[in-house]
Amino acid sequence: MSTTPHVPAAHALTDVTGSDASLRRFLHGLPGVDAVGLEARAAALGTRSIKTTSKAYALDLAISMVDLTTLEGADTPGKVRALGAKAVHPDPTDRTTPATAAVCVYPDMVAVAKEAVAGSGVKVASVATAFPAGRASMAVKIADVREAVAAGADEVDMVIDRGAFLSGRYLKVFEEITAVKDACGDSARLKVIFETGELSTYDNIRRASYLAMLAGADFIKTSTGKVAVNATPANTLLMLQAVRDFRDRTGVQIGVKPAGGIRTAKDAVKFLVLVGETAGTDWLDPHWFRFGASSLLNDLLMQRQKLATGRYSGPDYVTVD
Amino acid sequence: MTFEYAPAPESRSVVDIAPAYGLFIDGEFTEAADGRVFKTVSPSTEEVLSEVARAGEADVERAVAAARRAFEGWSALPGSERAKYLFRIARIIQERSRELAVLETLDNGKPIKETRDTDLPLVAAHFFYHAGWADKLEHAGYGHAPRPLGVAAQVIPWNFPLLMLAWKIAPALATGNTVVLKPAETTPLSALFFADVCRQAGLPRGVVNILPGYGDTGAALVAHPGVDKVAFTGSTGVGKEIARTVAGTRKKLTLELGGKGANIVFDDAPVDQAVEGIVSGIFFNQGQVCCAGSRLLVQESVHDEVLDALKRRIATLRLGDPLDKNTDIGAINSAEQLARITALTDQGEAEGAERWTAPCELPSSGYWFAPTVFSGVTQAHTVARDEIFGPVLSVLTFRTPDEAVAKANNTAYGLSAGIWTDKGSRILAMANKLRAGVVWSNTFNKFDPTSPFGGYKESGYGREGGRHGLEAYLDV
Repeated sequence: MSTTPHVPAAHALTDVTGSDASLRRFLHGLPGVDAVGLEARAAALGTRSIKTTSKAYALDLAISMVDLTTLEGADTPGKVRALGAKAVHPDPTDRTTPATAAVCVYPDMVAVAKEAVAGSGVKVASVATAFPAGRASMAVKIADVREAVAAGADEVDMVIDRGAFLSGRYLKVFEEITAVKDACGDSARLKVIFETGELSTYDNIRRASYLAMLAGADFIKTSTGKVAVNATPANTLLMLQAVRDFRDRTGVQIGVKPAGGIRTAKDAVKFLVLVGETAGTDWLDPHWFRFGASSLLNDLLMQRQKLATGRYSGPDYVTVD
Repeated sequence: MTFEYAPAPESRSVVDIAPAYGLFIDGEFTEAADGRVFKTVSPSTEEVLSEVARAGEADVERAVAAARRAFEGWSALPGSERAKYLFRIARIIQERSRELAVLETLDNGKPIKETRDTDLPLVAAHFFYHAGWADKLEHAGYGHAPRPLGVAAQVIPWNFPLLMLAWKIAPALATGNTVVLKPAETTPLSALFFADVCRQAGLPRGVVNILPGYGDTGAALVAHPGVDKVAFTGSTGVGKEIARTVAGTRKKLTLELGGKGANIVFDDAPVDQAVEGIVSGIFFNQGQVCCAGSRLLVQESVHDEVLDALKRRIATLRLGDPLDKNTDIGAINSAEQLARITALTDQGEAEGAERWTAPCELPSSGYWFAPTVFSGVTQAHTVARDEIFGPVLSVLTFRTPDEAVAKANNTAYGLSAGIWTDKGSRILAMANKLRAGVVWSNTFNKFDPTSPFGGYKESGYGREGGRHGLEAYLDV
């Protein structure tokens, strides 16, 4: 398939998902990824110098793309309410600060989160499908999704079955994603988490990207934030290439969400450079690009204050939640 | 509002360019004997940067004599002592790298991104690497005590002024030779700053002499009977003249000349990375690179896909102020070079190749040429045969590996080639058949002081860098 240029429409790819064998042929026919070259390109884009007006724009855009996340065993309604308040007004000292895109919580916290952000336009995203391991029966995973959607989740962040993927059972992964997509219905957008750190190779990440896009993902997402290697500039760049090429082939635009490990404003701006120079400016919008992060927001806010006032404020001048 | 990058210029104030510079002979800056000078301009603005003394025959005489006097003491030093000077030079270059990068960008026109991240680190690396050899020459495979040649006359081009200086001077000094170097007339400044680095390092007088000038200076230098070794990097035309000049003399000669490198992309190549490699292969340093991948040989079955991806990528290149940290494409080095690029591309169009130009705005002053791709090129087109030495890519197709080899080798040159495929065995098989001094696989334009560099056929002879590069400066 990689040698067939210009496949014009979505239906041109539908016949590849009929069986394990045809899926495998398609996914293994995608162009390979040269790891050294990919990482070199990501590093080269990381040297872009974003200053003054472009920095101000990038910081606000990054804030508006944050999926402000709490995924702890110790989460409580109080913690989630605080998070929701912060998502709506990230900087209480400066009401011109944009709200974040969403808050991201476990399914049992969706109702609380929903109430905390009510009327603000901030979305509620819920992880599901036995996050983060994904090691549960299909029935349990679907029930997990249904509960989140019923509680009002606007977005569902599912994990794929990495065991099935790594053992070559691509159709199983595909069918799980389509089943979850069905459970999301029209009310929730679906983000598909690959746990790129466990897929391990860039070739696998490209294959997983196409698998998820073919199965109806609205977003492809790097990681859970629960393993050693999460979002990196290189794996995000690779996924941005995948969504760009997929839109060229099918006309369907898919979002990208790097998650985990992005902690500084400087890093976030580098990711925005990757987006703009790879997928293009169409993706520079919270509808199409998100950061899954918790501590990143405060650094973005401190950098924003620095840009506005000319001096660094410090961690006591942003809220700790 | 969109995500546009605000100007991010590197500060010019880190470099202090004097209004005038002399020749560097016997450890002193001095005027030319006949008092002649020339101006060096910044190609991105045409601003005059400085006025530089222009060496004539009398100055060549003085410089060669100084180098000869210095040779006795320098070559008698233990290798470990010569190494100390080279290590010192390398460290000073690192300490002054920002200053030298800005200077090089001003005088040459290439983006600060390249001088900062490529040229200067490689310059320092070449001195460090050869410093390491200075006391280990008996282990280099050229006998138990290989001797230096004497005075080396070195003539370098304008595309990598300081890096080519490093490629020439570092091995010469490490092996115990002394040097008279002529930088190119459009880019003399970094060599003159290097003279200051030599003084700072306490290098003995006369070991390094710098003679800025035009082609006549270089001709007088390589013809001088007091010279034992000639090293030249530049055009094939001048290289042939030099070979004729030194024929029948004792002078040892190495030439690193032009190229028309083939970048070969197979249908199983990692396409996104291949596109990056094609871009860096031809647009690095505005294509003013002897080993540029100026011919893209792409397997016919992926031609459209690769070309579309390539054009999309080229359209994102940022052309403009070379001092801006976000600039990808800088200025062409001189009006003369710009005229040559323009003439050859016009000829390509006249011969029927399909021309595509990147949609970018060119600054109103200075020498600029937008990234250009010719498709539908055949072996018969001038743009597939002549070295353009500019940001111009010619795209040809092939059907089989044998055809790729035949087309890649069908050139008077033989400096570089690239192979893009996921299949390791094919890389090895192709590399054995390609008649090119450097073959890159799944990458392009990667340099390292440990790796020998040089050409086949009209791309010259002799190697620079690595253990092999030492031979050019040893009496073996």
